[in-house]
Formats: sequence, C-alpha cells, structure tokens
Amino acid sequence: MKLTCKEASHLLSQGEDRRLALGERIRLRLHLGICDACTNFSRQVQTLRKALQALRERSGPDPRS
Amino acid sequence: MNDFRTRVQAERGYLLRYARLQLRDAAAAEDAVQEALVAALAGEAGFGGRSNLRTWLTGILKHKIIDTIRRQSREATPLPAEGDAAEFDPLFDESGHWRDPPSDWGDPNALLEQKQFMAALQACLEGLPSKTAYAFLMREHMGCETTEICKELEVTPTHCWVLLYRARMALRECLEKTWARK
Repeated sequence: MKLTCKEASHLLSQGEDRRLALGERIRLRLHLGICDACTNFSRQVQTLRKALQALRERSGPDPRS
Repeated sequence: MNDFRTRVQAERGYLLRYARLQLRDAAAAEDAVQEALVAALAGEAGFGGRSNLRTWLTGILKHKIIDTIRRQSREATPLPAEGDAAEFDPLFDESGHWRDPPSDWGDPNALLEQKQFMAALQACLEGLPSKTAYAFLMREHMGCETTEICKELEVTPTHCWVLLYRARMALRECLEKTWARK
C-alpha cells in the first residue's frame, strides 16, 4: 500500500524516536524516492536535530543577555 | 573560596543558558541552576575529577530540570486528544498531500553557522505550547529517550510520538514563514 505524504511525515518523525519496522522503512523509502516535498521534510527534521545539538554544545556568551 | 567552588561557579552561565532553553522561563531556569549548584557543591566527592566538570554539572542540572518539568506539566492544561495519521490535519489536503510543501533549506551544517537561522529557531521554540516544547526539548536538547519523556510527562508512547511530531511540524512551518521566505 502506498503512503500519502501525511503518513510519510508521521513515519519520518517517528523514525527519530523509535526503530521503524522493516515494512515501514520500505514503504517510506519508496515514497521518498518519488517525493521531493517529503525528502525536504526529512532533511528539515535532521536539521532541527543538529541545530538543537549545536545549541546544547555552544558555549559562547548568550546572545540575548 | 576553594578552587572547586570557583570552577563550578564559572560554569553557571553555561548552565543557565541550558536551563533557559529547556524550560523557556528565566525564573524557573534560575531556580533549577541554583538547586543544581547547591547539590554540586555539596557533592564534590561525587565528582572526583573523573569526568568533565561541565558534563557532570549538566547531569545534575538535568535531574533538576526534569523535576521542574514534572511539576509544571501536572499543572498544565489537559492535552488535546491523541491524534495520529488518520486525524484531520490542516497542513494536508484530503488526499494526504502537503498544502504547503516543505522547501529545500540547503546544507544543514551551513545553517548551524547562520545566526539568523539559529535566532529564528529560538523564537519559534518559544512559540510552542509548553507540553509540546518540553517533549521536543527533552528529546532533542537533553537527549532523553522516548520512554523517559513519556514517564515524566505522564503520556502514552503513542501520544509522545504525536507531541514530537507536532513540535517538528510546528517548528518547520514557523521557520519556513519567519526565516526561509525572507
């Protein structure tokens, strides 16, 4: 069964928080192969993760104080 | 003042920024850091120079932050119903396509160096509803596992995934509006 973008976005997010089942990973990969919007979403989710890590590690002075 | 005390105090600024980002409340952050520093100074023996001082202090602070989150999330307004991929979501049309497709933000590593992006992200984080923000920040900022987040926020794993999903969707949408389309 083909995934919609809405379903794919849920799976992409959950993939950050739990191990997806094999079937879910396969369907997701098939969807990403043909969908630029969800591929961008996937990269955005990764970017958010990296950005929060950067905020955690950043030790410079607080720009807001 | 002994050397240990001075070194601990020197990390105060870092710890405050850490707590402020996570709790989004300057007064609550101040309290958590104060409690962590008191605990750290009383527990100098526990440090014993084994690990990095900042890492050790951050570990203590995390516990204090989680205590605060637990207290505050009990007082917070009840959450909306769970919701999953089957629920109505205004970001998608009836056939499940994006109404406003995510754009290409380019190289993530370059973005992290971009002040405007990081400032927009912090502003967007402040706009999230509190429980959604706690879940997301516990996951991505403090690096907690989902099971721990569910436990502290007293929600089911499914609900936890929904909170994290909503946070990511809201943040990316906010960033598209406030940063990407400038």
